[in-house]
Amino acid sequence: MAAVTPLIETRALSRHFGGLKAVEAVDFTLQPGEIRAIIGPNGAGKTTFVSLICGRIAPSSGSIALDGNDITRLPAHKRVLAGIAYTFQITSIFPKLTVYDNVALSVQRRLLKAGRVVAGELDAGVAQALARVGLADRAQTLAGNLAYGHQRLLEVAMGLALEPRLLILDEPTQGLSDGEIEGFIALVREIAKEATVLLIEHNMPVVMQLAQKITVMNFGRVLAEGSAEEIRANAAVQEAYLGTGRDG
Amino acid sequence: MSAVGSNTRVWALHLGVIALLLAANFVLPEYHRGVFSRVLVLATFAMGYNLLFGYTGLLSLGHAMFFAAGLYGAGLPVYHLGWSVPLSFGTGILAGGTLALVIGVLALRTTGVAFMIVTMMFAQVFYLTTLYFTTWTRGEEGLVLSQAMRTIDPAGLDISLSNPSTRYLIALTLFSAVLLLMLRLVRSPFGRTLVAIRENEERMRMLGYDVFRAKLTAVVLSGLFCASAGAAYGLLFGYVGSGFASIQYSILPLLWVLLGGAATTLGPLVGTLFMFYIIDYTSGFTTAYLLLVGVALILLILFFPKGLLGTVRERWLKWLP
Ligand SMILES: Nc1ncnc2c1ncn2[C@@H]1O[C@H](COP(=O)(O)OP(=O)(O)O)[C@@H](O)[C@H]1O
Ligand SMILES: [Mg+2]
Repeated sequence: MAAVTPLIETRALSRHFGGLKAVEAVDFTLQPGEIRAIIGPNGAGKTTFVSLICGRIAPSSGSIALDGNDITRLPAHKRVLAGIAYTFQITSIFPKLTVYDNVALSVQRRLLKAGRVVAGELDAGVAQALARVGLADRAQTLAGNLAYGHQRLLEVAMGLALEPRLLILDEPTQGLSDGEIEGFIALVREIAKEATVLLIEHNMPVVMQLAQKITVMNFGRVLAEGSAEEIRANAAVQEAYLGTGRDG
Repeated sequence: MSAVGSNTRVWALHLGVIALLLAANFVLPEYHRGVFSRVLVLATFAMGYNLLFGYTGLLSLGHAMFFAAGLYGAGLPVYHLGWSVPLSFGTGILAGGTLALVIGVLALRTTGVAFMIVTMMFAQVFYLTTLYFTTWTRGEEGLVLSQAMRTIDPAGLDISLSNPSTRYLIALTLFSAVLLLMLRLVRSPFGRTLVAIRENEERMRMLGYDVFRAKLTAVVLSGLFCASAGAAYGLLFGYVGSGFASIQYSILPLLWVLLGGAATTLGPLVGTLFMFYIIDYTSGFTTAYLLLVGVALILLILFFPKGLLGTVRERWLKWLP
């Protein structure tokens, strides 16, 4: 393990909002090929932390490396081109465009990077991404008219269509039905064959089924890190959760 | 995003409109041919404005400066240096493009209302500059380009821009070129990028798009189109004055585009033509015509909030670009 360059490595990474330490001195490594879950009570700093990784928010201090190269100052759009894709916790789609057009923007970005946009490749890329999340029959629906759960899946499809090396999923199962969650778990396993997955998730059964390793955050810091069993047995984690009364 | 069938339909529509306008040159009475010549040039200005406002979602209140940059960029060399028409048309466009690049870099640091104010301020500076250099520009009074200055003679062939038919055909050529460019542009990956930025900028950034660069490109293209209209206006109608740099000419393209339909390729033409004739008609029988124009605009926005072609697209022709 130690010989492999981590895909992502953060050192003393912090982000403060005024006096609030949303993320505080986080050292974190993610190996290529992992499925990692980040859990923690609401307001623990999970969204802020992954936003620092994908460049949506600038850090107050500390550093971030991708494949051992410093990307702390790299603008967000260039990080996406380098292979980091983020799916928003608060659904962020193009409501007035069709589902097809939403995903086409991702595919187009990937094709532009490789050279030029050919209509056939665009169609194929969109069809494939929509099929993977099970929205193939909704291609011509306006994205804003989709049910909330389907909007979440569209969000995931947009991330997938970028063919990222690291896919960050921020509470993707929120609003999905039990049946859809089953399908989602299978999808993440499928994605993980080609990409590293960083998953923020409140639904513990989903976390237990997917994650090889879990990072627990609380008050902006990493509280614990380890396998599912280690986390379950961890006294500090239990205490943090007892206080909040949440199950994940 | 577009099926092959709708592709043929779209091109047929646009080429059909151009063909109709060409036919109009031979059937319109002299007065109306003159009006159409002006409208075609001003609609080109509106198309440039529409690229930024309609498609990219950036509301500028300073586009008079790009039109006027073309106007002066072409008019001053013709008047003072005796440059030829084609060459000064080129300098006019170049002046507009350069100005747009500089203004874009500065103004795109802001968004929303701040962007409106900043563009308006820059345009005001431009306007005051044209007044300041009165020795060269003659300010509000302006410069009249004589017939001799507006003659092109390739290989001894005298083409006078004051000939009504020549003027119409040149205006139509410019309009058609910009219209077809706009059509290609808005249906290209870049055009879809601009529309998506208008809809959700943050998402576009997180899909890996360089949003600033795309917006800057849109500002520069918009500036180039507007300047080409300004340059053509000065050369075709022989007058270059500060009035075209005033706030009125920043508001007008906004009204034309709103009226015809923002983010539609043909909306600017429809809006400009419509407004020209409302003013023409109402000013014929009352001096309070601006009041009537105002009322007409309010009614239109109430009943057709998406403009004429925007409403047509929403209700009937979904494929309209
Ligand atoms: N843009 C912001 N401005 C101010 N405070 C913020 C901002 N974003 C997040 N916070 C605060 O930072 C803390 C961590 O938030 P967040 O990262 O969203 O937590 P989580 O995703 O774990 O629920 C919260 O207290 C939140 O209110
Ligand atoms: Mg969160």
